[in-house]
Amino acid sequence: MPEQVALVPFLILAIATLGGGVMVVLSRNVVHAAFWLLEVMMAVAGLFMLLSAGFLALVQVMVYAGAVSVLVLFTVMLTLRRREDAIRSLDLSWSAAGIALAVLVAAAAAIASFTPTLPAAPVVTPGVEAFGRALFTSWALPFEISSVILLVALVGAVWWAGGGEK
Amino acid sequence: MNIAIEILVRFLAMVALLLVNGVVLIYMLRKVLGHLHLRIGPNRVGPFGLLQTTNDVIKLLTKEDLRPAAADAWLFNIAPFLVFVPSFMAYIPLVFGPELAVTRLDTGILVIFAVLSLVPIGIMMAGWASNSKWSLIGGMRAAGQQIAYEIPLLLSVLGPVMMAGSMDPSAIVAAQSGTWFGFIPRWFVLPQIIGFVVYAISAQAETQQTPFDMSEAESELITGFANEYGGMRFGFLYLAEFSNMFIVAAVGTMLFFGGWQLPWIETPGWAAPFVFILKTYIGIFTMMWARGSLPRFRVDQMLAFCWKRLIPISLTWVVVWACIQRLAFEAAIR
Repeated sequence: MPEQVALVPFLILAIATLGGGVMVVLSRNVVHAAFWLLEVMMAVAGLFMLLSAGFLALVQVMVYAGAVSVLVLFTVMLTLRRREDAIRSLDLSWSAAGIALAVLVAAAAAIASFTPTLPAAPVVTPGVEAFGRALFTSWALPFEISSVILLVALVGAVWWAGGGEK
Repeated sequence: MNIAIEILVRFLAMVALLLVNGVVLIYMLRKVLGHLHLRIGPNRVGPFGLLQTTNDVIKLLTKEDLRPAAADAWLFNIAPFLVFVPSFMAYIPLVFGPELAVTRLDTGILVIFAVLSLVPIGIMMAGWASNSKWSLIGGMRAAGQQIAYEIPLLLSVLGPVMMAGSMDPSAIVAAQSGTWFGFIPRWFVLPQIIGFVVYAISAQAETQQTPFDMSEAESELITGFANEYGGMRFGFLYLAEFSNMFIVAAVGTMLFFGGWQLPWIETPGWAAPFVFILKTYIGIFTMMWARGSLPRFRVDQMLAFCWKRLIPISLTWVVVWACIQRLAFEAAIR
């Protein structure tokens, strides 16, 4: 694993991630915002790749970019009654600006006070095999619990949709 | 060789394969479907109509680049590339011979399916940006279908991956050399027949071939998501479809039919790519055969078939096969 990542690709990906995030918030059209979200997910996959976490990057592409963003788009496109509804309304009042400013200050303060403790980088990047072994031996219980959580969410969604009850 | 030149050459070889393959497959589809429909297919341009697709490519390239006035300009322009680029990237891990691949990846199989999972986004984008009801319905259907069939597709791939103990395509192909009991080729299709059937059905659905072509269903949606596209933008959408056909057939060949290896005899290095392409084209022919023989499903039938039949079958098969392999392995080490 590299001690430092290459600067130019990192800068490109960082700008793509942050810029995409800004565009998610700024674009007036909800569908455009969803596509910008997709761009952010892809850029984050690129950042994982830069850290030699290839498997994580692939899972990011497959699950977040390939499935979650499709579901987001699906929901957005299906719930819009007219095409014009995709344009979000813009609130330019002072109260809205005040709330935005307060959130910004709080977020900036939180980031400034947070110093992450970084674990030492491993010498060699573990491959998929080592990853799978770790996941199904020492991390088996957390892995199973997270899958049960997803199952509960699925069952809940089916119940919510009223499947089977006439 | 200079590494930059080498990368460039590999990249260009990939582009060449994709483009030539597209032209050949379109001709093949027309001829095969023609004969299945008791027609002749193209036979006017050049001998046996061979130059028909070449002429069509020139036509597409020189056509006016039209965009409907009410379309979402940005998304409309990006969408064909968002469909085309993932399909192009999926060529990277394909193994054409013992040493013949763009690059060797430990997670090759996963790379292919990860990039292919991006295709429905481009299709949805095309459907939405066209600002036409037919296009939007086509895009929605494509997304729903591909999200659903991705699950059995990935689960069916797990069998060969478990047998080879690797996601590296070249390792999977290498694990299929030799024979069982001295005369049966060691191809994973035999023990994994259930997985293979699930794979074949889901691959047909992922590439939107006819029993599952709801997203472009001519008789219902004209051409679905590609409705408002013309010229080379339509060309890209069309090319991506044929390129995806090649990819799923090639992956099927690598996972279930021993990749570039001939049965029973040692494959010479020069013959490997030809064997691989031949096997892949047999797979593509079978897909076209199904396309020419079966009527289209209804959308609800297709989705119900995936969620209520294919996914339970493939999940059960993964668990059953894991148990079989584990027990066999335990017995072997004792």
